[in-house]
Amino acid sequence: MKPAPFVYTPAPSVAGALELLADEDATALAGGQSLVPLLNFRLARPGVLVDLNPLTALDHLHVTGGALRIGALTRQATLQRSATVAEGWPLLTEAVSHVGHAAIRNRGTVGGSVAHADPAAELPVALTALDARFHLRSGAGERTLSASELFQGPMTTALETGELLVEIEVPPVGPGARMAFLEHARTHGDFAVAGAAVVLVPGERAAIALLGAAVTPVRAHAAERALLGGAAAAEAARLAGADVGDDHRRALITTLTRRALERVLA
Amino acid sequence: MVINGRTYDDEVEDRTLLSDFIRHQAGLTGTHVGCEHGVCGACTVQLDGEPVRSCLMLAVQADGRSLRTVEGLAGPDGELSVLQRAFTEHHALQCGFCTAGFLMTADALLRRRETGSISEAEIREELAGNLCRCTGYEGIVAAVRTAAQSPRH
Repeated sequence: MKPAPFVYTPAPSVAGALELLADEDATALAGGQSLVPLLNFRLARPGVLVDLNPLTALDHLHVTGGALRIGALTRQATLQRSATVAEGWPLLTEAVSHVGHAAIRNRGTVGGSVAHADPAAELPVALTALDARFHLRSGAGERTLSASELFQGPMTTALETGELLVEIEVPPVGPGARMAFLEHARTHGDFAVAGAAVVLVPGERAAIALLGAAVTPVRAHAAERALLGGAAAAEAARLAGADVGDDHRRALITTLTRRALERVLA
Repeated sequence: MVINGRTYDDEVEDRTLLSDFIRHQAGLTGTHVGCEHGVCGACTVQLDGEPVRSCLMLAVQADGRSLRTVEGLAGPDGELSVLQRAFTEHHALQCGFCTAGFLMTADALLRRRETGSISEAEIREELAGNLCRCTGYEGIVAAVRTAAQSPRH
């Protein structure tokens, strides 16, 4: 299929993009790896497509004050190849390797994955486990949201018309942190059915974020508390899956969480 | 845009996909269009050296960029590349519909790595984004493995 007609507008600047996106009929185009299929199927029919790709100011990846700052237009391939990310936030390196395939990651952006908010997407789940902060900008100013504030439903975020995700900030995890991201997909590179992202700093911090447990990424708070209290991997994993209604997904999430925890506890 | 070293200057509709520009306006029909939603990999081309899905880009987004398609693999005299020869030797194609996508994906992998340094697992991982319904993939993997060990690619 081919897209329905639209007006293509390359963003002249971030401020210019915000003005263009204030139009209810405008949609932002980042890497296009999720949006263009929707256009081709005519499931999305925007009147105006604002291409963010000229905004090189949003394509950056660096560490400031210990925190990783990911420009929204950073390609998934760039995140995957970054030695800085692999050293300080290996959860992201592992999670992004599950996103589509190499050719998809060459175009797909980190910000696009987040703003699209597909319930099967890996990066939102990994970022949820890492307590990431999401910086949004609009003509009215800037605001910063947590993952639980940003992700509101399937393909639904708190982003408003005229608002753009500009940067994702991932706080430092601390020395001795262990991380793991595991998922189950019917075939490699396909949409994940279930997954688990875990971050553990023994005695200090335990974070478990789940993919497929709900329509947004969710943290398994009871399992996290149990883990800090000294629970074994199997018991924490059972708690992580306890609220998942569907039998198949519950089994997958429990098993994936257990395997991820066994890895970080080893 | 520049495709295989030649400049193409044309007008497109805003919504024209890069894959359609390549086939219908540039006339380079070696690039095939399968699913048009980024799953099959048949339309894979190289954008500034990196494999991308041409059905998931707008033609206008490639303005001023450099592309390589399957027509750009053989030498100027038509001599097949090492990778293309390996595909024929290993029966890495039957109907040929997916072949251009596989070649452009594998060629990019070979270009960014040293001879003899690519494992079979890496080859399979890299090719996982391309679907073939004829061969069962064994011949394709064998061809890429042969080309990866060859001194010239």
